[in-house]
Amino acid sequence: MSAKPAIRLLVNPIACCGHGVCAELLPELIALDEWGYPLVSDKPVPANLAKQARRTVTDCPALALLLTER
Amino acid sequence: MSTTVDLPRRKLRLLPPPGQPAIDVAEHLARHGPLPYRGGHGLLIDDVQASGLTGRGGAAFPVHRKLTAVHRGHVAAGRPIVVANGAEGEPASAKDKSLLLLAPHLVLDGIQLAAEAVGADDAVLYVGIDKLNLSWLAGLITQRRAAGIDRVPVRLVAAPPRFIAGQESALASRISGKRALPAFTPPRVYQRGVDGRPTLVQNVETLAHLSLIGRYGPSWFRAVGTPDEPGTAICTLRQADGRVDLTEVPLGIPLTSLLDLSQCTAGGSGGSSPLGCTAVLVGGYHGAWLPAGTAAELTLSNADLRSHGASVGACVLAALPADRCGLRETARVARYLALESAGQCGPCRNGLPRIAAGFAELAMVPQGRPDPELIADVRRWAALVERRGACAHPDGTVRFVASALRTFGAEVGSHLRGHCTKPNQRPFLPVSAEPITEKDWW
Repeated sequence: MSAKPAIRLLVNPIACCGHGVCAELLPELIALDEWGYPLVSDKPVPANLAKQARRTVTDCPALALLLTER
Repeated sequence: MSTTVDLPRRKLRLLPPPGQPAIDVAEHLARHGPLPYRGGHGLLIDDVQASGLTGRGGAAFPVHRKLTAVHRGHVAAGRPIVVANGAEGEPASAKDKSLLLLAPHLVLDGIQLAAEAVGADDAVLYVGIDKLNLSWLAGLITQRRAAGIDRVPVRLVAAPPRFIAGQESALASRISGKRALPAFTPPRVYQRGVDGRPTLVQNVETLAHLSLIGRYGPSWFRAVGTPDEPGTAICTLRQADGRVDLTEVPLGIPLTSLLDLSQCTAGGSGGSSPLGCTAVLVGGYHGAWLPAGTAAELTLSNADLRSHGASVGACVLAALPADRCGLRETARVARYLALESAGQCGPCRNGLPRIAAGFAELAMVPQGRPDPELIADVRRWAALVERRGACAHPDGTVRFVASALRTFGAEVGSHLRGHCTKPNQRPFLPVSAEPITEKDWW
């Protein structure tokens, strides 16, 4: 079995307006700081959260959340 | 090719001898010899790699790696462009401006050689309009073009007088006709920069070194400096007595040969001598404070400085006079840095003003005894902004204020008890005018 590349969440801090939707949809990997901006885990997104993470990315009202392979 | 060139042995490589600026192009060529074009793309890169030249703008990134990346990007993303970065937004630094004033042709030579190396067909010289007379520089460029020295045209673009105007993506945005604001990366500018083209951005001093490596070769370049950090660097030195010196020195020399630390105290308690100093700011406003006693044992090298949380940066060194309060100085600069945030990223926009306000409260005794929770607040805010911006401004600001808390620990204690031991409240470190409107970013 070939290992799939790790998928990580990444936030574009310029696009992010601090709506906070991401932390509600994916509290396992995203918390909010004291100003309402996301603190995103830099660990790989576990397989059981992959679908939820993709959904969170598409639901960001500022389109500021990304998934990257690195 | 035989090496009949008479290799210059003098200590100063870039800076001309005192009182003899090399402004005239004929005189410049007589001094350094003709511009040694290699006759094809990529050919200079091996020499640059062998020389070990690193960027002199602050990050000390290996120059050959940028050259290679832009040269390779060539086919994929359009014709590369070279940008000589002379924005020098750091108010404490004067080396880029001085180099352009005293030896402009070395920079203009470096632009041509870099353009040939990466296959660029045009170039930009990006300089602060508040620092230099642009029409004078434009005249030099026209003169060189007319004399057939320059092969690619060089355009002058004015940088706004902002701290982060020289940050690579802000620079690319400005030269593309937009405001000088940082962008989210990737793509990095070497992939897609000015007008979406692969863009080589090098500090003006770096290009001046490159022009001499092109002439005299990598072994000549390595004859001074250390094996890991070869060559010279131009330093802006702010002495404790208020003098500002500009000097070119080999990397790796002791800091005591640059700053007069002889009467400085190791413990940070301050001496009575007006010439004494308690601490040294190394690397400018994104750099770090070190106790004078620590600095006195270190050399001007990242090998030494990085283990103390500092770096050579753009070679700005300032000796804090013993009668000044390091917390007060840090508070002033932290306020300046907070106002210089582009305000694009939430953590930087929220965190930097709070850090600055916290430091102001800490510094401004005896107007009131600071809240003891303040230090914990500042540390928490610092942790919240670090690595969360599109550019390095929050990280650099955090490095600077965190080093102040480390270095001025004794002063922090005094201030929390409601008194400051430093009598002189006159500002020491320079800051520039604050941005007032959006237009100040042009």
